[in-house]
Amino acid sequence: MTDAPLLEVRDLSVSFPQGADEVRAVRGISYTVDQGEFLGIVGESGSGKSVSSMAIMGLLPRNAVVTGDVLLRGESLLGRDDRELSRLRGKEIAMIFQDPLSALTPVYTVGDQIAEGLMLHDRALSQQAASVRAVELLRVVGIPAPERRVKAFPHEFSGGMRQRVMIAIAIANDPDLIIADEPTTALDVTIQAQILEVLQQAKEMTGAAVVLITHDLGVVAGNADRIAVMYAGRLVETGSVDDVFSRPEMPYTIGLLRSVPNLVTAGRTRLVPLEGRPPSLSDLPPGCPFEPRCPISVPECTTAEPPLLVLGGGHSAACIRAPEIESGALQASDVFPRPEPVSLGSEIGSEQEPVLTIEGLVRHFPLTTGMVFKKQIGTVKAVDGIDLQVRAGEVLGLVGESGCGKSTTILEVLEMTRPQAGSIRIAGRDVADLSRSDRLSLRKDVQIVFQDPMAALDPRLTVGDIIGEPLTVHGDSKMERRRRVAELLDLVGLEHSMSSRYPHEFSGGQRQRIGIARALATNPRLLVLDEPVSALDVSIQAGVMNLLEDLKARLRLSYLFVAHDLAVVRQIADTVAVMYLGRIVETGDVGEVFARPHHPYTQALMSAVPIPDPEAERSRERILLDGDLPSPTDEISGCNFHGRCPLYKILDPSRQQQCVTEDPRLRMIDTTSAACHHVEQNTLQPL
Amino acid sequence: MAIIDPLSTSDVDVTAELVDSRKAPRNSSRAALIWTRLRSTPRFWVGALVVGAMIVWAIAGLWITKWSPTDQDLINSSVGPTASHWFGTDDIGQDIYAETVSGLRRSLVIGLIAGPASTLIAALVGAFAGYTGGRADAVISWLINLLLVLPAFFILVLLSPVFKSLSFLVLTAFIALFTWMVMAQVIRAQTKSLRDREFVKAARFMGVGTGTIIRRHILPNVASLLIIDATLGVVAAINSETALSYFGFGIQRPQVSLGVLLADGTPSATTRPWMFVFPALVLVVLLFAVSLVGDALRDAVDPTSGSTRD
Ligand SMILES: Nc1ncnc2c1ncn2[C@@H]1O[C@H](COP(=O)(O)OP(=O)(O)OP(=O)(O)O)[C@@H](O)[C@H]1O
Ligand code: SF4
Ligand code: SF4
Ligand SMILES: [Mg+2]
Repeated sequence: MTDAPLLEVRDLSVSFPQGADEVRAVRGISYTVDQGEFLGIVGESGSGKSVSSMAIMGLLPRNAVVTGDVLLRGESLLGRDDRELSRLRGKEIAMIFQDPLSALTPVYTVGDQIAEGLMLHDRALSQQAASVRAVELLRVVGIPAPERRVKAFPHEFSGGMRQRVMIAIAIANDPDLIIADEPTTALDVTIQAQILEVLQQAKEMTGAAVVLITHDLGVVAGNADRIAVMYAGRLVETGSVDDVFSRPEMPYTIGLLRSVPNLVTAGRTRLVPLEGRPPSLSDLPPGCPFEPRCPISVPECTTAEPPLLVLGGGHSAACIRAPEIESGALQASDVFPRPEPVSLGSEIGSEQEPVLTIEGLVRHFPLTTGMVFKKQIGTVKAVDGIDLQVRAGEVLGLVGESGCGKSTTILEVLEMTRPQAGSIRIAGRDVADLSRSDRLSLRKDVQIVFQDPMAALDPRLTVGDIIGEPLTVHGDSKMERRRRVAELLDLVGLEHSMSSRYPHEFSGGQRQRIGIARALATNPRLLVLDEPVSALDVSIQAGVMNLLEDLKARLRLSYLFVAHDLAVVRQIADTVAVMYLGRIVETGDVGEVFARPHHPYTQALMSAVPIPDPEAERSRERILLDGDLPSPTDEISGCNFHGRCPLYKILDPSRQQQCVTEDPRLRMIDTTSAACHHVEQNTLQPL
Repeated sequence: MAIIDPLSTSDVDVTAELVDSRKAPRNSSRAALIWTRLRSTPRFWVGALVVGAMIVWAIAGLWITKWSPTDQDLINSSVGPTASHWFGTDDIGQDIYAETVSGLRRSLVIGLIAGPASTLIAALVGAFAGYTGGRADAVISWLINLLLVLPAFFILVLLSPVFKSLSFLVLTAFIALFTWMVMAQVIRAQTKSLRDREFVKAARFMGVGTGTIIRRHILPNVASLLIIDATLGVVAAINSETALSYFGFGIQRPQVSLGVLLADGTPSATTRPWMFVFPALVLVVLLFAVSLVGDALRDAVDPTSGSTRD
C-alpha cells in the first residue's frame, strides 16, 4: 500500500444555486484522515458539516456544484459514476445518519437489511451464512436476544436500537472509514452514552477510521483524537483534541468553549455569550466570516479571509491574530472575558408560602384501541404521584429523559384545573377550586417559555403585539401596553425599534428573548421554562442562559426549569428533581445532588453527560445503563428502575428481592432525598 | 449532552437565509410575499381586470343606453342587434342589452354576497368546532355531515315558494347557508393542528379567551385559505343562482338575473340566438375571470399547488 492518507479532502467546495444567488455551503476545506484515526468535526447548525460529508459520499442532490477533490488512498472519489461509488460505499466507507428510521427500509427485517449489505459486497456469501453473520453483528452492537430480534422490522425498535442496527450495517463489511453524522443527537443522554460506546467498540474491532460530525463539544472531547471546527463553510481550527480544548487559537473556538456549560464547572462560573449569528452563506462579506462577532477584530480582518495557518504541533487556525494567541500575548480571558457574576440580591425566601407546591400529582392517560368501540388496553402513567416545591426566588431544575413525564407535569400546572389526584397550589391557592376570574388573575403569576421559539410566536403578529398580548387579557390600555413593551424589550436586551417587526426576521436567540419578554409582561412570580435553550445553537445558548440568570436576580423570579441537559440545569438551578417514569427518584440542593448523587439512575445520568474537556473525559468511568426506557404501559412491580439498574445487578438476591417487590419511596439521605432501598450499599462512582 | 435539535434550528436558519437572499424588504410578511408572487402572475391581472371591468359595466352599463330593462319597444320586438338595440330585443320588445346589464348586476350582487358569506360561516363554525373540540365539535361535525348529504339543490327547490315572494336577498342567504360545509371541514382540521401549536397554547395559558384566540391567532393563520374560498365561492354562488333561476325556482320576473335571461332565451336559441348568446357570453366570461383570480391566489398562497409546480 502507498503511504497516502486514508482520506484526503482537498480544497472541497460545495454550492447550491438558488435563483440568482448561490448558497456557498462549503468553501474550500482540506483535511486528511489517517488509518484508524478518530476525527471529530464540530460546528453550529448550517456551518456545512453535513454537506461536506455528503460530498465525500457522493450523496448530494443533483443541483449541488462540487469542486475540489476527495481522495481515498490516493484515488479520487469525485466524478465517479454511481455504480463504482455504491461499490465503495459500504465496503470502504460506511455512513451512519442522525435519523436511523429514515435510513432503514421499513418493509424489510433488520436481519435482511444487514444480510443484503453483506451479500452485495461478497457475492460468494450464501444466504445462510449471511444471516448467521447478521445475528453475530447484532450481538456485537449489543442488541439483546439477537436470534429473535434479527427478524424484527425497524419500527419495532427504539431510536437507540435502530442506531445500533445502523452501526451493525456500517461495520458489516469491515470498512476502512465510518462517517457518522450526528449519530446521537436524536437520542437521550444515557442512550447516547451506549451508542458512543458501541461506536468505539466497532472502531476497535474493524480498525476503521471514524469521522464523527456533531455540534456537541463534549462528545468530541470524549471520543475523538483530532478535532476540526467549522464555521460558515470553512475549517477555522484543527488540531489534536487536547491542544484545541486546552489552547484554542481561533476566537470562535475560544468563545464556543467558554459558552458551553460544563457539568464540572457549571454553576460556579458564568457562561460567555457569543453575540450575533453566523453570516448568510449566500451573501458573504470579503473578510473573516467571524469578524462581526469577534471581540478582537482589527481593521485588516475585513479585507481578506484569513487562511488556515499551521501553527506549532499540527495545530492550525484561521485567524490573523492566531500567532498572538499562540504566543500567549492574548489570553482566552482577554478575548472573551467572563461576564460579571450576578449580584447576590436573590435569596430564597423560606419563610413565606412557596410559589408552587405540588403534592402527590397524578396524571394517567388511558390507552385505547379501536376506532368505534374503544377498548382500554392499558394506562400510561405519565405522572405517577410526584411532589415538588418552588420557593420564592428559587430555580427548580426538573431533569429526566424524554418521555419521563416532565412536559405533562408542567402542562398540569399551567392548565390550573383539578388534577386527577393530588394537589397543585400556586401562591398558596389550590387550583382545584378556583373560580373563572380567580384563575384568570392567577394566570398573571405563572407564565411559560417554550422550547422552540419559532413555534411559540405567532408568525402573523408583530413583536410588539406578541409581547403585549398577555396584557390585553387584563385590560391594560393601548398606551400602557406600548410603554410596557418598550420596557420589556429593554429588559431582554432588544431594541425598541424591533417591536414593529415580525418573528421570522429574528435569529433563534432573539426569538427566545421575545418569548421571555412576553412571559414577563404580567410581572409573573413563577416562570415555567420548558427546555428554553435546547433548540438554540451552542453559541447562542449562553446569552439566553445569562439573561435568565440576570432576570431572576433582578425581578426576584422563581423558575420551574425543565431540561434534559444536566449541565444547563447545574448552571442555573438551586434545587434539582430527577424524574424517571413519572416519579421523582432524587431531589435536593443542586450542589449536593451533583456532588454526591445517591440514586443509581441519577448517577448513570450524570456519568452519561459528556464533558467538553478531553482530560476530564479520559479519567471518567461511565456507568452504562442496559436497554431502553421501558414502555410506559408496562406494569412494573417494585422499583420501576430495576430492569436497568446498575446497582441491582451487584446486589445479593435478598436485596434484589426487595427491589422487585417493594416500591421505594423518597427518603432523606444526608441532605438529599432518593427513592432507592439500597443507597447505603451503593458503591458506584459517578463522574 | 448539550444543546440542539439541529433539524429545527437548521430549518429556521434556512428560512432566515431565504428571506435574506431574496432581499425582501425589512417588513416583509407572508402577505407581502404572496402579493409579490401574485403580481408576477398574468392570470391574476387578466382575471382581475376583466372582473373589474364587468363590475364597472354592471354599475354604469345602463347609463349609456336609452332603454331600461322594463321598457317595451313593441315596434321592434324580436329583432337582432341594431344601432338602437345593441343586443337585440325579445318577443315583447324588451332590450336584451339593458336586461343583460341588469341581470349581471343581480348575479354579481348575489355572488359577491353569498360567496364571502358562506366563507364567513365556514370560518366561524369550523374554527369554533376545531378549537373547542369535545361535545360542541361532535355536534357541529354531525350537523356538517348531515347538511353535506342533504341534496342542497332539491331543498332550495322545495323552499322556492317561500322566497319567491321575498327579496332576492333571501335567496342569497339560502345559497350561502347551503355551501359552507366543505370549507368548514377544512378550517376545522386546520384549527385542530393550530390549536396544538405553541403560540396558541401560550395564549391560552395567558388567559386569552376562546373568541379572541380564534380571532387573533386562528383566523389570520388560515386567512389565505379563506380568501381563496371566498373568491371561488363567488363562482359557486353565481352558478347556483343561475341554475335555480334557469329552472324557474330562483329570481322571478320582473326581476332578472343572468339565469332568468338564459331560461328565457333557451327556447329561441336557434331561431333568435341573440336572446341566449349575449347573457350566456357574459356569464361565461364573468365566471372564467373570477376563477382565474381564485386560481392565481391559490398558487400564490401555496406554490406547490397546481400550475406553478415544477
Ligand atoms: N439541497 C440544498 N439546497 C440548498 N442549500 C442547502 C442544501 N443543503 C444544505 N444547504 C445549505 O448549506 C448550508 C450548510 O448545511 P449543512 O447541512 O452542511 O449544515 P450542518 O453544519 O450540517 O448543520 P446542522 O448542524 O443543522 O446539521 C446551510 O446553509 C444549508 O441551508
Ligand atoms: S481574523 Fe480577525 S475577525 Fe477573524 S477571528 Fe481573527 S481576529 Fe477575529
Ligand atoms: S431500589 Fe433497587 S432497583 Fe431501584 S434503584 Fe434502588 S437498587 Fe436499583
Ligand atoms: Mg447536519
